[in-house]
Amino acid sequence: MSFSVTDPSRGTKWFAGVMVVAYAIITILPLVWIIATGFKSPADAIAYPPKVVFEPSLEGYVNLFTTRTRVTEDDFAALPPPATWYEKVVRDQGMVIAGPSRYGERFLNSVIIGFGSTVLCMILGTAAAYAFSRFRVPLKDDLLFFILSTRMMPPIAVAIPIFLMFRQIGLNDTHLGMILLYTAVNLSLSVWLLKGFIDEIPVEYEEAALIDGYTRFQAFYKVVLPQAATGIASTAIFCLIFAWNEYAFAVLLTSGTAQTAPPFIPTIIGVGGKDWPAVAAGATIFLVPVMVFTILLRKHLLRGITFGAVRK
Amino acid sequence: MAEVVLSGISKRFGEDVALDDVSMTVPDGSFVVLLGPTGAGKTTTLRMVSGLDVPDRGTISIDGRDMTGLTPAQRDVAMVFQQYSLYPHLTVRENLEFPLKSPVLRTPQDLIDRKVGEVAEILQISHKLGNKATELSGGEMQRVSIGRALVRNPLVYLMDEPLSSLDAKLRADLRVELKNIQSHSGATLLYVTHDQIEAMTMATHVGVLDHGRLVQFGTPRQIYEDPVSIYAASRLGLPRINVLPADLFGHAPDRAAYIGLRPEHISQGEGQESQVTRVEHLGDQTRLHLKFQNHDLITVTDAHTPLVSGDVVRIQPKKPLFFDADGARLG
Repeated sequence: MSFSVTDPSRGTKWFAGVMVVAYAIITILPLVWIIATGFKSPADAIAYPPKVVFEPSLEGYVNLFTTRTRVTEDDFAALPPPATWYEKVVRDQGMVIAGPSRYGERFLNSVIIGFGSTVLCMILGTAAAYAFSRFRVPLKDDLLFFILSTRMMPPIAVAIPIFLMFRQIGLNDTHLGMILLYTAVNLSLSVWLLKGFIDEIPVEYEEAALIDGYTRFQAFYKVVLPQAATGIASTAIFCLIFAWNEYAFAVLLTSGTAQTAPPFIPTIIGVGGKDWPAVAAGATIFLVPVMVFTILLRKHLLRGITFGAVRK
Repeated sequence: MAEVVLSGISKRFGEDVALDDVSMTVPDGSFVVLLGPTGAGKTTTLRMVSGLDVPDRGTISIDGRDMTGLTPAQRDVAMVFQQYSLYPHLTVRENLEFPLKSPVLRTPQDLIDRKVGEVAEILQISHKLGNKATELSGGEMQRVSIGRALVRNPLVYLMDEPLSSLDAKLRADLRVELKNIQSHSGATLLYVTHDQIEAMTMATHVGVLDHGRLVQFGTPRQIYEDPVSIYAASRLGLPRINVLPADLFGHAPDRAAYIGLRPEHISQGEGQESQVTRVEHLGDQTRLHLKFQNHDLITVTDAHTPLVSGDVVRIQPKKPLFFDADGARLG
């Protein structure tokens, strides 16, 4: 496979370069802003014009992970000197640490629910896509359309029935409930995307494996899966990003044990004034898993499809 | 190392009849070549034996065992696909090891290494064992694909035009090599090809397929000398058999519509006059294109013939084959 285009002119290259850089700046700027705000003091965070150069502070991060309280001046003076660096950060604000915040567990909930639903979605999606791609399924086209039709309205449109169903069967505010919900929403996307990828894999490979002494499941596992890895990885990223960032269902269906980070982050702001650095710190940490996951799978995203070992 | 018996195999794909009541016995240790144009049912026949497709009617048995309901893995057959179907995520070595490592065989590693080494040697791909399967040329892929079948010792080898994409020299080498392997191991081999040289040189038996029907099954010599129809006669022989109106040379039997003359079955020097239109010197022989009573025909003659285009030659048939109006052979 090769193609050629006429070599673009210098002007075109320049224009393309400028567009790429401009687009990169536009998309990266909010990220940079959020990350920078997390390291500002509350005063710097709301300064106008915005401060590009500022004295970095870990106040936002300390405030994110702690709850703090004020004590009387006498008591404050009577305290022993702060034992840790983060206690000192809090003391400098004229407060003492009352205990850890709930950000850690909310974050953990996000990890469990986000990755749990992504894994489940990949298992079910790959199996369904393989079946649709390879087997004669009765009413195949209708079923595929029906699966897609679940995405024809915003998922939140069915929030009330889902809320009522979840309450009825006790899935409200549970990890399992949220995993199932996000899996259900993502499954249509993953079945369609993965079916496309599996359709691209010539069936001869599996036939060769069947003759080479493998069962269909072994052929699927040893021959189809490695070649579908690219598609599975990119689909998994889409699914994870949706489940990770989902806000509306999380607000409605979780409050205590299974609350994810997105509905929790805005609540940080209410604790003692507008604590923008703490919110920004929460958002920054929240970004990390998806970024790491995407970077780990980047190889698969860029590798493209394998050509060539079957003669067309 | 087994006899394969197909009895009454029929298969339709939608409206298309792929195989129509095909019965054939592939004797133990034979090298059977299936001949026929595209769509005649050759590949479908292989897929039936392999178990990749299931016949609508009829049964297949290998080594006396009924294969109905058995998966390809349970049948112990090896197959070389027309599309090489190498596993693209594996190296050449891993591709060759793949069947030996299957749960059916579970070959010990030292035996695997020896087998892979031997086969790579025969197929001249030893230097490519570390390559990714996708980094090979078409001919190399084809050889790896043959190798993946040869590492095993199955009851039956099934090969679907395995030499079609190789260059002439390699094809000639592998033709001899495949025949050697087959005759030494005593393996049963079912082989699909368009190439009649492969059929003539390798086959112990030839099956001629026409639109899903097996029209003739026999030794290459039988098919060549004693074809059942014009169709079967046209499958073997280069240049092709000359098919002319039956009474062109006079004295045709009853009901004969056509006379079939192999190029070597036209004797020169006596008989009726014909005009030479073209002379092709091939080195070991010379082909004469003749015009005889407004019909074109081709014959062979001496390598050093002095004949040139425009000369007149007297010809008469020798051992003619007669066919009726439907193309079926007469008596």
